Amino acid sequence: MNVTRRQTLAIGLGAAAAAALPFGAMAATEDDIAAFTGGAEVGEGGITLTAPEIAENGNTVPIEVNAPGATAIVVLAAGNPNPGVVTFNFGPLAASQSASTRIRLAGTQDVIAIAKMADGSFVQASQSVKVTIGGCGG
Amino acid sequence: MASGVKPRVKVPKSASAGEVIIIKTLISHKMESGQRKDADGNVIPRSIINRFTAEFNGEMVIDVNLEPAISTNPYFEFEAVVPESGDFTFTWYDDDGDVYTETKSISVG
Repeated sequence: MNVTRRQTLAIGLGAAAAAALPFGAMAATEDDIAAFTGGAEVGEGGITLTAPEIAENGNTVPIEVNAPGATAIVVLAAGNPNPGVVTFNFGPLAASQSASTRIRLAGTQDVIAIAKMADGSFVQASQSVKVTIGGCGG
Repeated sequence: MASGVKPRVKVPKSASAGEVIIIKTLISHKMESGQRKDADGNVIPRSIINRFTAEFNGEMVIDVNLEPAISTNPYFEFEAVVPESGDFTFTWYDDDGDVYTETKSISVG
């Protein structure tokens, strides 16, 4: 197979564009995490994120977060056009620091939940969800 | 006012003091994400409910910030403690400035 100089250039440009897209989304997610944690280190454990492994319809994906002792939980979808999904702030009358809702996912991706604990520390959990039909655009 | 917005809330009618109850809320709202385009390729402007709060006798139970990634007809399920008889007030804040409220009383006895 002969690859001309022009074709090589085109392939290279295409690959660069494809690589730039998810990178941009990842950077936005990191920005959102930093905005929530204020740059503090995020640990593991003490938070549960329940989401289906496979979601047939990305328009309504049921999720549940549970983090005993948390004051706030933020949920992010790294592969969405805007990574922010929802922020739960728990008041004094919340019986448990858990909540369920339904979210939109643009495609197969990791869903991340970060909890702010009462002592000011942060923990996170993530789960990958396979999406058959995306929930954005259309 | 966005059309066809109707809040629905499920709260038990009675409970014992200090009991943990499960609250389910749903509000019919199209939650236009601002990402979709119409048939002519024009972006449909964002129109969502951006905040939801649940209070019991003026004390906060949960305060939720919603982003466009929340599904149509936003649904929330959470748990609350009921220390005495009183009213739950649920409030939804729309992007266009509308506020929808729903009140449910619960008796402790």
